[in-house]
Amino acid sequence: MATLTAETHVVTARPAKNGHGRPGWKTVVLAVSAYVIAFLFIFPYLDMFVTSLRPQDELQSTSILPHHYSWSSYSTLWKTGLGTNLKITLMVAGGATVLVLLVATPAAYFTARRKFRGRLAFLLLVLITQMFQPTAMLVGIYREFLNFHLLNSVWALILVNAGFNMAFAIWILNAYFSSIPRELEEAAMVEGTGRLGALFRVTLPLAAPGVVTALVFTFIAAWNEFIVALTLMQTPDKQPLTVAINGFIGAYNIEWQHLFAASVIATIPVIVLFALIERKVVSGLTAGSIK
Amino acid sequence: MSNAAAAQSAAGPAGGPPPTARRKPSPGRRLARALTPLLWIGPAVGLIVFVVLWPVVVMIQTSFQKVSSYGEIKGSNGWKNFTNLFDELAFRGVVERTIVWVVAVVVLTMLISLALAQLFNQRFPGRKVARWALIAPWAASVLMTAIVFKWMLHTGYGLINVLLHDVGLLDDLNSIAADPLGKSSTAMPWLIFVAIFVSLPFTTYTILAGLSTIPGEVYEAARVDGSGKWHTYRTITLPLLRPALTVATLINVMNVFNSFPIIWAMTHGQPGYTTTTTTVFMYILKGKDLGESAAMSVVNFALVVIIVGLFLKLSRWKAEVD
Repeated sequence: MATLTAETHVVTARPAKNGHGRPGWKTVVLAVSAYVIAFLFIFPYLDMFVTSLRPQDELQSTSILPHHYSWSSYSTLWKTGLGTNLKITLMVAGGATVLVLLVATPAAYFTARRKFRGRLAFLLLVLITQMFQPTAMLVGIYREFLNFHLLNSVWALILVNAGFNMAFAIWILNAYFSSIPRELEEAAMVEGTGRLGALFRVTLPLAAPGVVTALVFTFIAAWNEFIVALTLMQTPDKQPLTVAINGFIGAYNIEWQHLFAASVIATIPVIVLFALIERKVVSGLTAGSIK
Repeated sequence: MSNAAAAQSAAGPAGGPPPTARRKPSPGRRLARALTPLLWIGPAVGLIVFVVLWPVVVMIQTSFQKVSSYGEIKGSNGWKNFTNLFDELAFRGVVERTIVWVVAVVVLTMLISLALAQLFNQRFPGRKVARWALIAPWAASVLMTAIVFKWMLHTGYGLINVLLHDVGLLDDLNSIAADPLGKSSTAMPWLIFVAIFVSLPFTTYTILAGLSTIPGEVYEAARVDGSGKWHTYRTITLPLLRPALTVATLINVMNVFNSFPIIWAMTHGQPGYTTTTTTVFMYILKGKDLGESAAMSVVNFALVVIIVGLFLKLSRWKAEVD
C-alpha cells in the first residue's frame, strides 16, 4: 500500500516542464519513442490477428496487409473440436485459481499475523517453490502422476499449476495483510465477531486488490502453461489450448490461419485481463518480491 | 474455515477447566496451540510437498534406474544414466550453448529494461496506453509469441522477411537467406531475440516498481547539489534499484534457463542440436531413455539449486520477512 503512495509521489514531485502551455519538444520526443516501442511490442500480436483474417488464397501473398478479410477461419475452427480444448483450459485455469485462493489465503494471513515456530522455515519453502519451475522436474512430475493414475486428468494440471503459482500469491497476500493494521481487526473482534468473522468482514475486503492481483496472475499462468500439459495430457480431447495449438504446427500441412485464429482466442482474454490489473502490477511486484 | 473454528473451541473446552489449571496450560491445550499453525499453513505445505518436493524425489530416484523404452523400471542402473549422458556427443555443445543462451538473454534484457523503465517512468500524454501495449508479451503465452515469430520468419512470405525485402536488406524472398531458423548461425540469435522480447515486460515492470520506491526528495536533493542527470542516475538511482535488479535478474535466469516453448516451437532444437539447451535436451531424451532424461534433469536441478542458494545469500531474505 505504501508503494502506491510512493509512486504517485514520484510523479507529482517531477511536474512536466511546461505545465500549462503546449508540451515541450522533450515531451514530444519521449512520447513518440514510447509509442514506437509500444507498437513494436504489440506488433507480433497484430500480425497474429491479421493472419487469422487472411483468406486462404492470400496466405502466401507478400503484401503486408491482405486485400480481403475473412472471418471464416474462426467459424471453421469449432469444427476441429477446439471448443473442447478451450473448455479444458478454462477448467484448468479456473480450478488452479480457486485452489490457490483456498490454500494461499489462510497461509498468507497466518504468517502475516502470527509469529510461530516454523514460520521462517515455511516462508523459505515458499520462496524456494517460487524459484522452481515445473520444467526442471518434468520427469519427476510425469512419473509421480503416472503412479497415481492421474495422467490425462484435468486434476493433475490443476494441482501442478496451483502448486507452482501458490508461492507468488502467498507473497502478495502476505504483504497486503501485513499492511492492514491489526487494530481494525481487534475493533471488530471487540464488537463480538470472532477472529474468523473479523477476517472475512474486515481484513479480506481491505486486501481485495491484493487477492484480485494474485488470482489474475495465477489464472494467466495456468491459462498459458504448456510443457506440463504437453507431457501429461495425451489424448486430444483432454489437451488445453496451448497443446492443441502446438499440434497445429506438427501437422503435415500447417493451417496457419486456423492456427492463428486459435491463438487469438487463446491470447486476447489474458491480455485484456492483464491490462485490467496493470495498475496493480507495480505495487504487487513491490510487495511480492522487492519490499 | 470450520476446521479453524473447531480448533479454537477445542483449545477451550466448553465448561472450562478449573481455575487452578489455568496457570499451566493442559497438555491438550498445548497440543492444540502447537497444531493451530498447521490448520492455516497445512494445506499450502501439503500442496508444495505433493507437487514440488515429491517430483524431485521421484526424479532423483529415476536417474539411478534402468527404464525400458516402454517406461517400465528394469532395476537399478547405478551411475550409468549419468555416464551415458556425459558421453552423448552433443552434451558438451548443449551445456556451452545453455550458458551463452542464459547470459546473453539475461544481460541484454536487464540493460534494455533499465532504459525502457526510465522512458516509461517519465510523464507524457498517453503513457497509460503505451504501458498497456508493453505488457502484451508478458500476458500472452510464450508459446503463442514464439509461433508468431516463426510465422513472421517464414521463407517466402513471413512478414519480417517481407519487410526486410521491401527495405532492400534481403534480396530473394525464397533464398536460404530468407530462412533464418534453418541455419544454426542465424537461428540462435533469433531465439535469443524472442527470449529477450518476452522477458522485457516483466523486467521493466520490476524496475518500474523499484523506481516507484525511491522518494522524490532524493532527486530533489541531488538537483540542489548540482548533480548532473547521468551522475545522479549512476550514484543514486542504480544503487537504490539494487534489490529490484537482484530479483529481476534471478527470476530471469530461472525463466530463461528453464525456457522450453520458444526453442521447441521455433526450431525443436534443430538444425542438428545447434539450438538445443539442456532443458530441450532433457525433453528430447525423454522420448529416448527416461533414465538418462532424469539424469539430465538432476544436473539441471542441481544448477537451479546452486543459483537459488546464491540468491538467498545475496538477498538477505531473512531480514526482509521478519
